[in-house]
Amino acid sequence: MNKELKIFGVVAFFTLLLYWGVEPYAHSQMHKHVEGKNLVYDGTADIEAAEGDVKAKKEAFWADVKKIADLKGDATAGEATFAMCGGCHMDGAANMGGVTPPSLDHAGALYDKNYLIALIKDPAMASNVDHKYPNGTMSHPMGSISSMVSTPQDIANVVAYLKEKKNAHVEPREAFKEACGRCHANRYGKLTQLGELPKTKSNIATGKDIDRMKYDQKVAEEQAAVAAYMGKLPPDLSIMIRARSEHFMHTFIENPQSQLKGTAMPRVGLSHEGMEKVIEFLEETGDPSAPARAMAGPYVIGFFVLFTILAYLWKSSLWRDLH
Amino acid sequence: MARIENAKSIGEWLDQRIAIETLKKVMQTEYWIPKNINFLWAMGMVLAATFGILLVSGIFLLMYYQPGVDTAFDSVNYTIMTEVGYGWLWRHVHGVGASLVFLIIYIHLFTGIYYGSYKKGRELIWLSGMLLFVLFSAEAFSGYMLPWGQMSYWAGMVITNLFSGGSLEAYGLVEWIRGDYVPGQAFLTRFFMLHVLLLPLVIIGGIVFHFGTLRIPHVNNQDGEDFDYAEAAELYKAGNVKESKVIPFSPVFLSKDVFVMGVYFILFFFLVFYKFEFAMDPVNFDPANGLSTPAHIYPEWYFLWSYEILRPFSKDIGLIAFGIAQVIFLSLPFLDRSPNVAPASRRGLFNIWFWLLLIDVLVLTFMGKLPPTDMTFAMIGKVAAYTFFALWIALPFITMFEKKIKE
Amino acid sequence: MSMSSRRDFMGMALGGFTALGGIGALMAMKKTWDPLPSVKAAGFTTVDLAGAEENKLVVEKWRGKPIFVLKKPKDSKPNDRDIVIGEDRFHVSIGLCTHLGCIPAYVGAEKKFKCACHGGEFDTAGINLPNLPPPTPLEIPPFKIDGTKLVLGEAGPEYKKMLDAGITA
Repeated sequence: MNKELKIFGVVAFFTLLLYWGVEPYAHSQMHKHVEGKNLVYDGTADIEAAEGDVKAKKEAFWADVKKIADLKGDATAGEATFAMCGGCHMDGAANMGGVTPPSLDHAGALYDKNYLIALIKDPAMASNVDHKYPNGTMSHPMGSISSMVSTPQDIANVVAYLKEKKNAHVEPREAFKEACGRCHANRYGKLTQLGELPKTKSNIATGKDIDRMKYDQKVAEEQAAVAAYMGKLPPDLSIMIRARSEHFMHTFIENPQSQLKGTAMPRVGLSHEGMEKVIEFLEETGDPSAPARAMAGPYVIGFFVLFTILAYLWKSSLWRDLH
Repeated sequence: MARIENAKSIGEWLDQRIAIETLKKVMQTEYWIPKNINFLWAMGMVLAATFGILLVSGIFLLMYYQPGVDTAFDSVNYTIMTEVGYGWLWRHVHGVGASLVFLIIYIHLFTGIYYGSYKKGRELIWLSGMLLFVLFSAEAFSGYMLPWGQMSYWAGMVITNLFSGGSLEAYGLVEWIRGDYVPGQAFLTRFFMLHVLLLPLVIIGGIVFHFGTLRIPHVNNQDGEDFDYAEAAELYKAGNVKESKVIPFSPVFLSKDVFVMGVYFILFFFLVFYKFEFAMDPVNFDPANGLSTPAHIYPEWYFLWSYEILRPFSKDIGLIAFGIAQVIFLSLPFLDRSPNVAPASRRGLFNIWFWLLLIDVLVLTFMGKLPPTDMTFAMIGKVAAYTFFALWIALPFITMFEKKIKE
Repeated sequence: MSMSSRRDFMGMALGGFTALGGIGALMAMKKTWDPLPSVKAAGFTTVDLAGAEENKLVVEKWRGKPIFVLKKPKDSKPNDRDIVIGEDRFHVSIGLCTHLGCIPAYVGAEKKFKCACHGGEFDTAGINLPNLPPPTPLEIPPFKIDGTKLVLGEAGPEYKKMLDAGITA
């Protein structure tokens, strides 16, 4: 028996060694660990990664953002200013130079205050894609906002309004649609860049679904616009959480440049609640069997523990006389 | 025509027609296994059980899988994983099972090497076993193509490219294998055919043959002792079970098998439910894209050691080395020149050879996963590859001068 | 307990326990064979009856089956099997002969459904004519009236009334 335990120990040792080398060790060598900033948007990572002139510009920018954050915002005044935003950020909005402006219905809940301030002040800098706009922020689709919300107090007011009035409870699906859905489809969640997949019916005589074909064409045209603006079509996120892992998604969404330097994806500026809801939706579409697994696991493994005990008793009753 | 009398039980009725009592004796209750064994002897049945699980889980996956380049990925990751009742379970079981079957194959293989179970009449057991290893490798590779993820596509691209034969530039052959210029619909459906029909049938035939080769030489034992089976069998049948050196396959050996299987299944299902990333690599959760190669391509872990042998050398030498590495294990019974059938611990230099081989294959496995652009890893891999061949070349010499163990 | 009977007991205990696990596995396998949720959800079809022509059969599709929609001729006798929308009476049924499942043709001139396979016939209310192979009237699918639209697959109050009256299965 002792001998068998020793042999088992040797086998277990080499098996665990094999697992270590092939999994944790290899992955640590292939993917350097990136630590997030716990969703604090103060430009630290951006400034660290920048050099020379750009570094100085970023330092100045984020210092300004902090000044605005310290101002007291007036939500009522902000509401008036916000009316201007509805021109672009509304249901059925048109594609603006590549991307359709997202709905701001829950912007207060989904996005971080500092980030919102930074975004309104300078969208390209805030989302860390300023390297794509060498001629300045005016060429960003949202660049013209500086002419509409111009003073620091204006910005503080609008953000205060968003934080107070646009922060109702948001479902994971809505969070995804508002924060990600304009660029990223989620086919498993039945979402395209134009929103919910409509219910359509085929023509019974021909077998063709013309309404669906028309919708698919509109989606394809929107995708072409987004792909032209971004450089390539942002990937469908149906199963991205399994293709990358939750940690990667977390740090990537917080600061895409930290995981994929040079990427066209803008920082989205999710707050803790926003991140939680988006990740929840990604888990829903990417790993929906997780709850079923968690439920069934203990029973199946428990069954085999009992099985092994019974098997051992049977085995020893047969082997007892043999030695 | 046999004399048929009224049977007094179902057993007797069957026995009169298909000699079921004789079958039971030959296959189970009087199929003699040595008593001097340890749990490693159960690995064969563990493999049979795993193969059975792969077959059953595969059957349910097959009900919903669609072998089309546009539908395969979603048929697995949407339909099976989210819509089909317990689809996620069969998928996890199949993926984990495919990985674990190789873990057990390697344990089974190295057990055979350690105890000398490939020599003196047991050569065909070893050869049929190695043939099964090759068949399982082909089955695993063809199966990995089916989800049509990024890794499926690019592993398919890289491995079929090997058949161009380096400087032979046999691109026509590569295109013939693929049925197209690149891995596409033709490629997917033919590997589907291989994975679901042809290879399983051949594997089943191989398993039957492997079992058949065991009967005459008998299963080995921990001391490599060659004893009189007839005598031992008589002792056992006479009730002298303590002194007999054998046990019947059923129920005695089987009971040990079943216990070992129980322990194995605890590990198996723990991995199925909680820790399956090693068997379901994240890269394959990106749909196949012929226009974008992933940053890191690597085969499944069980192919890494031979993948690494391919890499350190120049194109043609690498292919030759790779080719030799695939078949060299087959030559083991013939390269080992010593007549000793004994555990490696008693075979002097062979013991060192064994552990060096095991460690070398582990190092090759680790390096096979890592990017070859890193200089240190590339050097370690190179040394390990050279060591691999050095070990095999040394084997005849080591064993030629091995002291004969007194019976 | 003697050794051999203890062995047998353990063996049987193990065997019984394993059988329990086998039953669990079989239950999971049965669930795998079940129709998918998307298939079951797709079982709703909406038919617009607004522009229907009198005495002209329209065939729709519901759950893979043909559905007869017939605006009954003005002179036909009212029947509890009819679906009433405003002034019009409609006959809606699953277009499969209740004998062996062929699709009967509608002969407008004779105002009846005639099945080519074995000669079965049904009137404009879908009731099988006597002394012919079909044993029962054409089956009425679950339906819900929504203005001038009919939603097949959903059991509305009128359908439930038919069920209670034993008019349809």
